[in-house]
Amino acid sequence: MARISLSSGLALYTGGETAIELEVGNVRQLFAALGERYPELASRLETEIAVAIDGEIYQDALLQKIAGASEVFLFPKIAGG
Amino acid sequence: MARHHVRATVNGDAVEFLCETGQTLLEALRDELRLTGTKEGCGTGDCGACSVMLDGRLVCSCLVLGVEAEGRSIETIEGMAVGEALHPLQQKFLEHAALQCGICTPGILIAARALLERNPDPTEAEVRDGLAGNLCRCTGYHKIVEAVLAAAREMRGA
Amino acid sequence: MSSAIGTEDLKIVGSRPLRPDGVDKVTGRARYGADVSLPGQLIGKVLRSPHPHARILAIDTSLALALPGVKAVVTRDDFPDMPDEYAAAGELTINYRDVTRNMMAREKVLYDGHPVAAVAAISESVAREALKLIKVDYQVLPHVIDVREAMRPDAPLLHEAQYTEGVSPKPDKPSNIAKRLEFSRGDVAAGFARAEVIVEREFNTQPVHQGYIEPQACLASTTEDGQVELWTSTQGHFMFRAQCAKLLQMEVSRIRVTPTEIGGGFGGKNNIYNEPLAIVLSRKSHRPVKMVMSREEVFRATGPTSGGNVKVRLGATKDGRITAAFAELNFQAGAYPGSSVAPASMCAFTRYDLDNVRVIGHDVTCNRPKVAAYRAPGAPIAAFAVESAIDELAGKLAIDPIEFRLKNAAREGTQTYYGPKLGTIGYVETLEAARAHPHYRAPLGPDQGRGVATGFWFNIGGETSATVNINEDGTVALMHGTLDVAGGSRAAMAMMVAEELGIPFEQVRPIVGDTAVLGFNFITAGSRGTFAGGMACVTAARQAIDRLRTRVAAIREVPVEAVIWKDGQARPAEGSAIRFEPMSLAQIARLAGKTGGTIAGHAEINAQGAGPGFGTHIVDVAVDRETGAIRVLRYTAVQDVGRAIHPAYVEGQLQGGVAQGIGWALNEEYVYGADGVLQNPGFLDYRIPVASDLPYIDTVLVEVPNPNHPYGVRGCGEVPIIAPLAAIANAVSHALGIRLCDLPLSPPRVARAIADRPA
Repeated sequence: MARISLSSGLALYTGGETAIELEVGNVRQLFAALGERYPELASRLETEIAVAIDGEIYQDALLQKIAGASEVFLFPKIAGG
Repeated sequence: MARHHVRATVNGDAVEFLCETGQTLLEALRDELRLTGTKEGCGTGDCGACSVMLDGRLVCSCLVLGVEAEGRSIETIEGMAVGEALHPLQQKFLEHAALQCGICTPGILIAARALLERNPDPTEAEVRDGLAGNLCRCTGYHKIVEAVLAAAREMRGA
Repeated sequence: MSSAIGTEDLKIVGSRPLRPDGVDKVTGRARYGADVSLPGQLIGKVLRSPHPHARILAIDTSLALALPGVKAVVTRDDFPDMPDEYAAAGELTINYRDVTRNMMAREKVLYDGHPVAAVAAISESVAREALKLIKVDYQVLPHVIDVREAMRPDAPLLHEAQYTEGVSPKPDKPSNIAKRLEFSRGDVAAGFARAEVIVEREFNTQPVHQGYIEPQACLASTTEDGQVELWTSTQGHFMFRAQCAKLLQMEVSRIRVTPTEIGGGFGGKNNIYNEPLAIVLSRKSHRPVKMVMSREEVFRATGPTSGGNVKVRLGATKDGRITAAFAELNFQAGAYPGSSVAPASMCAFTRYDLDNVRVIGHDVTCNRPKVAAYRAPGAPIAAFAVESAIDELAGKLAIDPIEFRLKNAAREGTQTYYGPKLGTIGYVETLEAARAHPHYRAPLGPDQGRGVATGFWFNIGGETSATVNINEDGTVALMHGTLDVAGGSRAAMAMMVAEELGIPFEQVRPIVGDTAVLGFNFITAGSRGTFAGGMACVTAARQAIDRLRTRVAAIREVPVEAVIWKDGQARPAEGSAIRFEPMSLAQIARLAGKTGGTIAGHAEINAQGAGPGFGTHIVDVAVDRETGAIRVLRYTAVQDVGRAIHPAYVEGQLQGGVAQGIGWALNEEYVYGADGVLQNPGFLDYRIPVASDLPYIDTVLVEVPNPNHPYGVRGCGEVPIIAPLAAIANAVSHALGIRLCDLPLSPPRVARAIADRPA
């Protein structure tokens, strides 16, 4: 099971939950599982959210693998000037 | 709209062009003579990107009317390199990484050449004052000042 | 991608060759947006709102259309309305409903300068005449400029259907507060309860413009069968194509965008303004249409970055450990939602290892131009507030400000309050290098002060494409899709390709590919040019090398495993029993056409693994107590750049970023009258630093390589603008013994602070 943490601002869309465990193999599966669990979060996942897996940040990387015991953080995407 | 027939010398060549009464020398150079090396950054004489020499005097070409060029001599960035050889200022700007986006570079080179013609051995402060009419947003001027001082040294044979 | 190469083997990376675009730029040959022309082109001009807030009742263009020489007029009726639809475009997601309204007002105008119509005519003078003949019937509405006023419940409302997002329960009344964000970690109340010293301050910054010297310029040509060619000065030609296609409901394949040389962008050229107008004017007139903004238009209707109101509270124990940190950031978004408050909130405290943090952000609409990204969007505003408070806290604790930062510094493995743990970073290294720098110990004179501040920026990767074509003589045409927004990334990319292939730098000619010749590329933003562009170029070069090895194996009739690439040659692998005559790149290239065809390498990637950047700045200032004028005497910028591919161009990024930060700190601001009209839309009254305002800007490049990049690159262009605001404010505060919390520190404001000081 991967340990999933959500940035505190996302708690608004998860009924307050910011830490869960999920059995997912990649980012797409993670988004699907989260979207099913938190419908209000679903529309934001692919456009507004970046994912850090064991400290490495991934943006727009749906096929990135998530290993069994990974530590995963979800937070707002970043760009710049 | 009536257009005026203007005869002038640009970078040593005799040229003729037509321009409206209100058109600036900058517009005449860029739009009529297709010499687009001279840039427009503001149109109000505040940025120096359109610097050219008019009868040996440094001017903002956006503050001069096209019709005022009648019978006069203009030097632009296109006339700065001689044949194969870049002007020492151009060469030093490359070597000292004194340009980034390059939009201010033609105006700064023209202004720097005018400065060195007046003062072949300027101090750092004199270079900064001499270029204070030319805005650059990319470089922080550090490498521009270094390049002008290096070119001055080379041109003096020092 | 992580097969990093050791520094000891590098021949080209780290050297200082002359930039490939250099000679064009010093001779006037380089073609910028306004330098491109087509036969028969018309000149397009925009009619802009003179009001900060008004309902458009009617627009009558008939007199303008009747003017001889006018070939087309467009208004809101010429563009499809768009529903809410979000897309990534630079700093925050954009909403196409807002983008189409910002490009051409529909129901209302929301700022002085908002476009309401555009014309195409045979000359600029005819176009200007035509604008005067367009009659717009406005119902003028009350307006609001200041962010704190805009947040009040009774403020004039810009968007009647805008309800604050991010609050629970959902509000029942609309508001100018478009969004509330919150990031928190730990127990802030408990943290403050443990604090022995607390600093609490409120800071304000003014909107500043990116100030690129080249105004936006584009040229569009539309054919009768609906094909569009567009030349424009942009940070992202693929993004401009995407936005034009969406806004005009066209297929992407019908639009080809060729980026011109760009005369500065800094985030301000991430988004379209005139491009869709030029395309539709061209479609209606059947002629090419060129549109070049005036400087006044640039100030009134493009950029700027947000002004911000930031409240900060910091608590620490007497031994110098921060126990709690709180910030509220209120950012002007301008006419439409989407300021940089999110990234600003996320980097406000990220330089520190903190257990208890709470950051609240508000994105606030007001009657100003819609803000655009500006170099590390939002970070300088947040850092100005936080680094000022850190400085004051260090002072109260009587701890050296660098030592205080070291006691609390973020390191590898530090848990951030917004999400991930930090990877390999070099913050501590920059603090230590700054502390060891002679500048930090140099004596100061009377009325002089020294300030220190630090900056952090995430940096990004993103979609990137590149092609390495091996020419028939063994030289290389490198086509990349990440625009060189002028920092020198095209030189850096060519250097990495030359390094990979083992050939001289001068034999690699980099060019920017237009949208028809490469796969999609995200805008050059987020300091991704040399990082992501470089990663794609290296990937493409390695693919070319694999193909070269395969070809040599076929030519020499040996297994491919027996062929390695080294020093520009295909050679027998070391230790292999299989020997053959090595082949140089030129030899292979000459034979390529007869042995299967030309050889190229491609990369179409979404670059991941950007390395965060940190910087520490030291500045000395002198204050004239009579006039309030501040002179910057000495400046040193230390930054972890991962690895400097071309050190001179990296130094240039630091020096340029610092100069922009100095302008932000000392002079630059948007000034509005009570009528809501911008009073200083020109470089005379909006004063950016000139050469005589600045000293030399000393740079120290710290290199803690990014383990995710083949050459260790971190982005470097944005970090240097973050620290100067606070560094200068701290220096001025030390010189005067007064804490100054409002920017810019212009002479009148500083003189007033001196006069108002309690005796």
